[in-house]
Amino acid sequence: MGQTIIEKILSSHSGKSVQAGEIVVAQVDYIMGQDGTAPLAIQAFNEMGGKAVFDREKVAFVIDHSAPSPNEGVSALHKLMREFAKEKGFRLYDVGEGVCHQLIPESGRVGPGSLVIGADSHTCTYGALNAFSTGVGSTDLAGAIISGRMWFKVPETIKFVCHGVLPAGVYAKDLILYLIGAVTADGATYMAAEYTGEAIRALSQESRFTVANMAIEMGAKAGLMEADEKTFAWLRRFTDHKFAPVPADPDAAYARVLEYDVSALEPQVALPHQVDNVAPLGKVAGTPVQEAVIGTCTNGRLEDLRIAAGILRGRKVHPEVRLIVAPASRRVFLEAIEEGAIRDLVEAGAAVVTPGCGPCVGTHNGVPSDGENVISTANRNFKGRMGNSKAQIFLASPAAVAASALTGRITDPREYF
Amino acid sequence: MQFHGKAHKFSDNVNTDYIISGKYKFKTLDMKELARHVMEDLDPDFYRKITAGDFIVGGTNFGCGSSREQAPLAIKHAGISAVLAKSFARIFYRNAINTGLPVVECDTGEIESGDELLVDLAGGVITNKTRGVAIPVKPLPAVMIKVLNDGGLAAHFRKYGGFNFD
Repeated sequence: MGQTIIEKILSSHSGKSVQAGEIVVAQVDYIMGQDGTAPLAIQAFNEMGGKAVFDREKVAFVIDHSAPSPNEGVSALHKLMREFAKEKGFRLYDVGEGVCHQLIPESGRVGPGSLVIGADSHTCTYGALNAFSTGVGSTDLAGAIISGRMWFKVPETIKFVCHGVLPAGVYAKDLILYLIGAVTADGATYMAAEYTGEAIRALSQESRFTVANMAIEMGAKAGLMEADEKTFAWLRRFTDHKFAPVPADPDAAYARVLEYDVSALEPQVALPHQVDNVAPLGKVAGTPVQEAVIGTCTNGRLEDLRIAAGILRGRKVHPEVRLIVAPASRRVFLEAIEEGAIRDLVEAGAAVVTPGCGPCVGTHNGVPSDGENVISTANRNFKGRMGNSKAQIFLASPAAVAASALTGRITDPREYF
Repeated sequence: MQFHGKAHKFSDNVNTDYIISGKYKFKTLDMKELARHVMEDLDPDFYRKITAGDFIVGGTNFGCGSSREQAPLAIKHAGISAVLAKSFARIFYRNAINTGLPVVECDTGEIESGDELLVDLAGGVITNKTRGVAIPVKPLPAVMIKVLNDGGLAAHFRKYGGFNFD
């Protein structure tokens, strides 16, 4: 019988041909921890009796979630991470370098067929590069840092076939929000997702990251795509390594195959307080917003900043709205400066903060007040996510967030085309 | 493993931000401190309602969201002996086993807050003493039973020097 993408990657990393349902101990190609999870991993590493990391070229820590540090408690944990990485001799990406899920792909170390674990649930992002990457906790991370291996249950796969091409003003973010709304927050729990079809192939590589990034919001262990010329063109910017593509076999077995025609899709919004509480934007158009956020591992890439700048250029953010922009990485920040997008955003009234996770996780950079509405390009709108349980968070595309920042109300971006 | 205590019932889709908010977890490795804020955004008084040995009872998709291991650790340090739910999000499920917090998949429809429960993990059954019903438990995969019996993944590594599932 044929294999899905994830069955093939787990087979190549465990030395035997495996199918869904089997338990394997697999070799890991790359391991990442961030400042919310790495400190506990260091503790677990010591508890396990760890001495050295299994391969210092294959481990990285990233300080991105609370960067720069907003208080002495966080500073102490950042220091712990820096000292550990220095002592063990592996790479630490420090304050200002960017969000882990932008930096790891930019490192050129992850590509088709790779197996990556990260102590961050959105590690599934690299599935857009035809890699199996998944989020783990700190103890699993520590075990892998010591041994270079981790155990997995080979998951079944749901295949999402997206026909048609997204209309103008409708983006990858709208597509993935729509799919999450359709299958719900646990629609793919214990399973992998494969995203395929004309609409996925038509997406830029940056947009594909947005789709794969949110696989976890349907409960999936991974969100995988096949590699094509766009994938390899993107990788060539960062590495000379020749990755071999890992396609799904035509006779692979799927738990479900779901088909959608997206050619008439409208802009979508996830309403408070669940990511699968998705509605067409029109349903909530006009809702006042006091804060607008563009950035995060979902939508902080150059393409996203460019789209937002295109709408904001020559206009002014509504006087009762704070627009906060966090570029996904220093590289993205510099590129956006060079092509003028940052100037457009700042002139429109945006506050640009350090490349990193920005206000997404509620530790700094824009905690909303009681009763406020936030429209954000992030991936989670749980109550309290941004640091205040009495605020409401709406999730949308960078275009919809930019348009809403201009009017002070949730606004269909197509009004600005 | 047998546990006895009362149930604290929550809804479907309890995410790890609700279990322990990001505004606390980035600051400290003191799990006793984090435990004081467990479930705070759903019930500000929750920590004070717990008697050691009690159970958190969820619906579907318990522990969805972020990979923070502070979530099972905060629950454990708050004195909760086990989490019962119809289904769990996979990262939380692994993290709970790895840190030695028992997680039990079962039909929680017949459990309400305040019910007195007897959870027998080895026997694979929950007795709801308040309602006089027995609820069967979905067994854990063998790999996870081994990790749990070893006292978590760190203890498993200490014992075997790495993975030992043979």
